[in-house]
Amino acid sequence: MTVAQGIFYLIAALAVAGGLGVVLARNTVYAALFLILALLAVAGIYILLASEFLALVQVLIYAGAITVLLLFALMLTRVGDLEETMVGAQWPLAVVASILLVGLLITTIATSDWPGDADGMITRIPFETLGEALFRQWAVPFEIASLVLLIALVGAIVLARDEEGDVEEAE
Amino acid sequence: MSIVLLAARVDLEHVLIVGAVLFAIGLYVALSKRNAVAVLMGIELMLNAVNLTFIAFARFVESPRPLDGHVFVIFVITVAAAEAAVALALAVAVYRHRETIDVGKISLLRW
Repeated sequence: MTVAQGIFYLIAALAVAGGLGVVLARNTVYAALFLILALLAVAGIYILLASEFLALVQVLIYAGAITVLLLFALMLTRVGDLEETMVGAQWPLAVVASILLVGLLITTIATSDWPGDADGMITRIPFETLGEALFRQWAVPFEIASLVLLIALVGAIVLARDEEGDVEEAE
Repeated sequence: MSIVLLAARVDLEHVLIVGAVLFAIGLYVALSKRNAVAVLMGIELMLNAVNLTFIAFARFVESPRPLDGHVFVIFVITVAAAEAAVALALAVAVYRHRETIDVGKISLLRW
């Protein structure tokens, strides 16, 4: 086992431990903190796979922004009253579905052959190449993505706006 | 450079298995939790597992267009951020009207 494999198994174990923490934590805030662990571990795997840009994006957007958003939502919705009943009555079905899925996926992975292994000729993708592809070849999807973000932003503000504020304005 | 050489010795299958396990955990969280925000955490975990699989294939399988996997992951992250913002705003709005975000109790559309 090489050093890289050792690091990979360590990070993979951290990712799975974070995922299990999300499942097992009795408190949803702790579950959100375990989620940060899992997301950071995935960023570590991105680095091992030579995708530094995506690792940075992962840390900034997932581990930073989205989990902060989750924690804010937990704060605004006061989750304390749910602690005794974290899991719904359908949880055995969910266990069966997940185990069947992971069994199916691992069987598929173990029995498949993929064409061409790029191991011998690793091309590291510099930031410039990625940016150029994004702004030239993928310019139209990129602009549509910006529209999607704008609409989501407006929609989130409209949905989460406090109606009491309207009353105050009316007065 | 050293990172690239190290990465050569991580196997594709192992990354795929990590992705599969993370996806299954996310599926279980999304299906079983009662807190709507926790359901969203499961969805985020599943999206991450898919992104990981994309990157693994982009990195290991020889392709005439090696950048496409990375670009796709960037778009997935964009859409996931938008989805998280809207879903959390929905959770807050539902909590304001119904005083609960237990997905078992939000059953207005049930017949």
